[in-house]
Amino acid sequence: MTANLGPFPGTALSEKDFEQDKVLYLHDEVDARFAWDTGVAVGAYLAGLRRGEILGARCNECERTVVPPRAFCERCFRPMDSYVPLADRGTVNTFSLCYVTWDVRRIEQPEIPAVIEIEGASELHGIMHKLGEVEPERVTVGMRVQAVWKPAEERQGAITDIRYFKPVEETQ
Amino acid sequence: MGKRNVAVVGAGMTRFVRRAQDSPKELAWQAARMALESCELTIDDVDAVCMGTAPDAFDGVHRKGEYLSDGAGAWGKPYMRSYVGGGTGVFAAIQGWYHVASGMFDTVLVVCEEKMSTYYPHAQAAFLTIFDHTTERPLKPNLLWIFALEMKRYMETYGISAEDIARVAVKNKRNAAGHPCALLGDPDITVEDVLNSEMLASPVRRLDVSPVSDGAVAIVLTSNDKASGVTEHPVWIQGVGWNLDTAYWTNRDLAYPEYVENAARDAYAMAGVTEPRKQIHIVEPYDPFDYKELHHLEGLQLADRGGAPQLVADGVTERTGNMPVCPSGGLLGVGNPIAAAGLMKIAELFWQLRGEAGERQVPGQPERGLAQAWGDLMQVGTVVIMGNEEAS
Repeated sequence: MTANLGPFPGTALSEKDFEQDKVLYLHDEVDARFAWDTGVAVGAYLAGLRRGEILGARCNECERTVVPPRAFCERCFRPMDSYVPLADRGTVNTFSLCYVTWDVRRIEQPEIPAVIEIEGASELHGIMHKLGEVEPERVTVGMRVQAVWKPAEERQGAITDIRYFKPVEETQ
Repeated sequence: MGKRNVAVVGAGMTRFVRRAQDSPKELAWQAARMALESCELTIDDVDAVCMGTAPDAFDGVHRKGEYLSDGAGAWGKPYMRSYVGGGTGVFAAIQGWYHVASGMFDTVLVVCEEKMSTYYPHAQAAFLTIFDHTTERPLKPNLLWIFALEMKRYMETYGISAEDIARVAVKNKRNAAGHPCALLGDPDITVEDVLNSEMLASPVRRLDVSPVSDGAVAIVLTSNDKASGVTEHPVWIQGVGWNLDTAYWTNRDLAYPEYVENAARDAYAMAGVTEPRKQIHIVEPYDPFDYKELHHLEGLQLADRGGAPQLVADGVTERTGNMPVCPSGGLLGVGNPIAAAGLMKIAELFWQLRGEAGERQVPGQPERGLAQAWGDLMQVGTVVIMGNEEAS
């Protein structure tokens, strides 16, 4: 025991306490719905996605090209100078094979979230997305990947207009 | 007017448990009462109260700070709640520090409370709004993703193995076996146990992660002219620092926490620490995941970049090593009631530096320690340096 201290307060409950009706509790639900405005820069990003284009933004002072685009450079604290169309390809900066849902239920086929450095953006600048059309065990950091788009008529101006990124097919 | 020196003179904490019968207010009250009793003060001696607690979403209570105020002893007093995600527990102590250092108040009670069990089926969902609502959340992320992605980048950059990282979980859970408040202390756990635990989101396995918990911690701060009247052994806050990186987390180096370095450098400068690896005797870095302890040791300049795993492998970070790290048992072992877990690290330094840590006591009469927490969208670092010597 920690010298000269204690007993430490706090009353631990176990599943049994609930099953055996030893403690009372109350269930509740909060109904919270939102409609988010996109903002100016992310609005432009989403419009780009609907066109089938990944848009970045350029700050001429720190000479960074960032993605997603923003209205102002958070480092220089000045307006961005321009939007810059980027390639719809990139490199896997990091990835995970995820076997659980948000509420920790198992899934058999892993989801593959990744940070993808987008070609044309500054080094270490990328977006979070998912990988697909690839055997999970074949994914590596540094893998070149390309966007797989929804058909133009199905795009809504959302990050999900890109279904996922898949490995770049090496041309001979 | 210059800054006044500030001492920690008392500390208290509840047990960290998976589900507490006690309400959030009751937990806050228990920790606050214990902290006051530990230094024989009463609520009448307290000039102001600082509260740290994480998202309102955990409790489903709007203005959770105000809701908790009664339990924190804030009735009829100046009161302020701060929140910087996982960095909150150490930040609340910093906020208490500047309340006193400024000359505004002589005695401040700092309370951190978290009850994560209320949210069901799993508190993870309360964190999902951390992701950008427009550019990320439509991908239906879960919270583990960001940790898995950062851990993978860290391992890949420096060639660190899962075994290297698992040693941290083993060390901390073993350390926690001596902590009377611990949820997951285990004197017998092995590296194999960690490596064989369920894969959640590679490279993160179940035993790489700290448990969601309920609990509260409180400390009492006083100005230098009051401290000696309260206790024979005040522990001084010698330096503080806090720093934020961008929320555009996919636009930065995930292998190195630069914001932690920035916070640490500010704290070292204030504390007059020029050679941290020699002058910091105990470290309590934030360890919600085992790799984070390593990441943070590097950001804190206590290990070379990519070099922290070697310190662990060499036993340097054991309780009996040259630089004990998380002798408390950390979040991995004691538990992770978010804000309370950060303040637990400050309380641990207080007990360790006074020689009151019982079974957990670091040998060799340590003189100075560092506590650090981390959070928000992997972007905030909060650092406090404490020692037995009052700064000149």
